[in-house]
Amino acid sequence: MMASAFQRAKALPVSGKVGLALVIFWLAVAVFGPMLAPYPVGAFVAYDVFDGQSAKHWLGSDYLGRDVLSRLLSGARYTVGLAAAAALLASTTGTALALTAAVGGAKVDEPLSRFMDMLISIPSKIFSLVLVAAFGSSLGLLLLIAAFTYVPGNYRIARALAVNLAQMDYVQVARARGEGRFHIAIAEILPNMIHPLLADFGLRFVFIVLLLSGLSFLGLGVQPPDADLGSLVRENISGLGEGALAILAPAVAIATLTVGVNLLIDAIGFSGKGKGR
Amino acid sequence: MSEALHVEVKGLTVTARNAAGEVFPIVSGIDFALKRGEVLALIGESGSGKTTIALTLLGHARPGATIAGGSIRVGEHDLTRLDRAALAQLRGNRIAYIAQSAASAFNPSRTIMDQVIEPALIHDLMPRAQAEAKAVELFRALALPFPDTIGARYPHQLSGGQLQRLMAAMALITDPELVILDEPTTALDVTTQIEVLRAFKAVVLERGATAIYVSHDLAVVAQMADQIVVLSQGRIREAGAAAQILHAPADDYTKTLMAAARPAIRPAPEKIALPAAPLLEIRGMTAGYGKIGKDGRPRIPVLRDINLTIERGATLGVIGESGSGKSTIARVIAGLLPPASGQVLLDGEALPPGLQGRSRDQFRRVQLVFQNADTALNPAHSVGRILARPLAFYHGLKGNAARMRVLELLDLIRLPATLIDRPIGGLSGGQKQRINLARALAADPQLILCDEVTSALDTVVGAAILELMAELRRELGITTMFISHDISTVRAICDDILVLYSGTMVETGPRTAFGVAPFHPYTDLLIGSVPEMRAGWLEESHAGAAPPPIGEISDHPDLCRFLPRCAARVDGLCNTTPPPRRPLTKGSQILCHHGDESLCPL
Ligand SMILES: Nc1ncnc2c1ncn2[C@@H]1O[C@H](COP(=O)(O)OP(=O)(O)OP(=O)(O)O)[C@@H](O)[C@H]1O
Ligand code: SF4
Ligand SMILES: [Mg+2]
Repeated sequence: MMASAFQRAKALPVSGKVGLALVIFWLAVAVFGPMLAPYPVGAFVAYDVFDGQSAKHWLGSDYLGRDVLSRLLSGARYTVGLAAAAALLASTTGTALALTAAVGGAKVDEPLSRFMDMLISIPSKIFSLVLVAAFGSSLGLLLLIAAFTYVPGNYRIARALAVNLAQMDYVQVARARGEGRFHIAIAEILPNMIHPLLADFGLRFVFIVLLLSGLSFLGLGVQPPDADLGSLVRENISGLGEGALAILAPAVAIATLTVGVNLLIDAIGFSGKGKGR
Repeated sequence: MSEALHVEVKGLTVTARNAAGEVFPIVSGIDFALKRGEVLALIGESGSGKTTIALTLLGHARPGATIAGGSIRVGEHDLTRLDRAALAQLRGNRIAYIAQSAASAFNPSRTIMDQVIEPALIHDLMPRAQAEAKAVELFRALALPFPDTIGARYPHQLSGGQLQRLMAAMALITDPELVILDEPTTALDVTTQIEVLRAFKAVVLERGATAIYVSHDLAVVAQMADQIVVLSQGRIREAGAAAQILHAPADDYTKTLMAAARPAIRPAPEKIALPAAPLLEIRGMTAGYGKIGKDGRPRIPVLRDINLTIERGATLGVIGESGSGKSTIARVIAGLLPPASGQVLLDGEALPPGLQGRSRDQFRRVQLVFQNADTALNPAHSVGRILARPLAFYHGLKGNAARMRVLELLDLIRLPATLIDRPIGGLSGGQKQRINLARALAADPQLILCDEVTSALDTVVGAAILELMAELRRELGITTMFISHDISTVRAICDDILVLYSGTMVETGPRTAFGVAPFHPYTDLLIGSVPEMRAGWLEESHAGAAPPPIGEISDHPDLCRFLPRCAARVDGLCNTTPPPRRPLTKGSQILCHHGDESLCPL
């Protein structure tokens, strides 16, 4: 298993390898970042605000004189963790509903698909703003909002795949064998959807990172003193004029994270097709 | 002397790279030559390199492959020395290519005429009006219906056989000196194939074009070719004049091909002494797709009034052209499609119409084997997993016991035990079809519904599968419904035969009845359309003769469905009155106004 994962990684095109490296880097930061942070997250450690790069503060200091590197190392966890959890929740829910629709026949498929069409027409930013305004921001709520927003998108893609696969001869054979719907969905259809679903997962992940960063930028995301990458950008916005590292660093972090994931999905999608499945 | 030779290929080698990056030859050491106006056939199984060679005559190699050596001379050009621009100038102009599937070669959103005359316009050979006039002339020569107006239609308004002929018109519009036909009739029904072959032959003769005809079917080739080149695994096995190859093949491989092409009639296996009660019985079944309307007919009716029985241990062959409803019968029996009316009885007991309500044991007793093993086996599963599922599902076999049984099954279908953990993707077509069959056997069924199990396979591989099925039948005494579009296969292995035309049973009877005339007019056409392996058959065959004119057709829903194509139709009878079902003395039943006396004996 390990060996085959390694071989697959070796077979990726250069862009995919870059993407993979970026993704691994950010996962590592999310897991180990807080341990590596040189200063406590909320501590005022620099004498000056918006300090430049120095030996004591590699990425300078922020608008209150806190260490930017430490805040970045701790903040990545929220962005990566929250987005991954939300993308996972959105994908599993969407895919489970899609499989239900595909094996359930028109009676299940029609109402479910109409309902999803309705959801997809709700503008996600406004929807999140209303919810956060109503209930106050919390990590749990952010997770739910992000997941909920992207269920319909995943559902659409997964349903299109599943409905096509449900027409395949091997599914007809399974039906004629007397197999139940659950077996058909899980054992016959799902394994053949994994590749495109992985690509979709990556895409949702990127969208959610951007959504959460956007919310944080508006002050509705992760609340101080904790901060995700989006909040870091926002709280240091006054340093923009001076081109302070405190605002550049988290912005670059968001960019490398999303670009890395994108490169990786594109490469996986490509080699997946090449395998002629 | 070389002026007399129009096309000359010498020492041709085409190479490709495998996954590890090593260069290997796809075809090598290919030599042949033909004179102006001759037809040369390239024959071989899939993967033998036929199309690769045909494409080199356009100066083309598939992506990943390269023409690595040898020379290809067409007229005064050596194609291996020409650059892209010069080749583009020749292609579609002086050298034309007709591909296997015309349906996918046409653009669905443009009219036929626009596409047919495009090559002439691209190469600036003639003004539009002249090209259109020439196209109409070709449509007429190719025996297309309504030659003056057919050009205004769109591809979806035409049948596969018509599109194939239109593709020929597109190829011939530039008056090419060399025409390459790559399996041009393989995707067609026999009855359509004979029409298309006739049209091709007439046009090639009349224009004096040199042609290369690629096919896997020796009998088809026998009608067209002056010379035959037999290929296997990228090399020439035998080459020579058509008559010599067909009548005195020297090479063993050619002999195998000839044998596989025309399966010998097997002696019916001794009927197993079981109570004579039929295993499967279908009574008055009507079925189709879409919602069932108020009149009790589905929106798209397919099958009409089907009655049949299969005795225990016997094989029933169901034959008919594409779209006649053969697969639909199997789907109804398997429960995938509930019939609109009628009953399916297994062992005297009525089966619930749909999947709901069938017991697991009823499911087990009827197994379906699909035509295309590529799509019938889940690509995400391994061989072992595919075979183990029915064992667990029907017999509760798990773990080691299941694995032992899977190994037994692999042995039964003559596959090595090492395949057990292999994913489906890497297996050959024949291996997949065996697994497909083994999965059905794993259930321990009473009845197997085989839907075109050999159609997607090469003749030699297909013959081996038929051999295996006959053996299994002898050993296990399984009852089979064998669906096919190939009358010679059905005649070779089935006890009883049912001929389906447009969803109605036009003739049923024991197989012996299908060896002697008279036949129902459609059966007659079907049998008469199968090419025989001798030159001149095409000219002699009377199959596909134009039907006699008839008067107005009444709108009675039960009129004979074969009426529009029937050469024996009777004015005032067939177009006004539904035909009766009547017995013939030879032992079969037909649905026709004619009887023993009035059906023309052959
Ligand atoms: N799901 C469907 N919905 C509507 N029409 C269908 C459907 N499946 C098949 N048909 C139609 O039913 C008719 C019979 O189809 P069927 O598949 O039984 O033909 P067949 O004899 O098996 O043909 P082939 O030799 O090409 O496999 C055809 O006209 C086909 O277009
Ligand atoms: S009933 Fe008439 S049209 Fe139909 S097959 Fe017989 S002769 Fe031909
Ligand atoms: Mg079929």
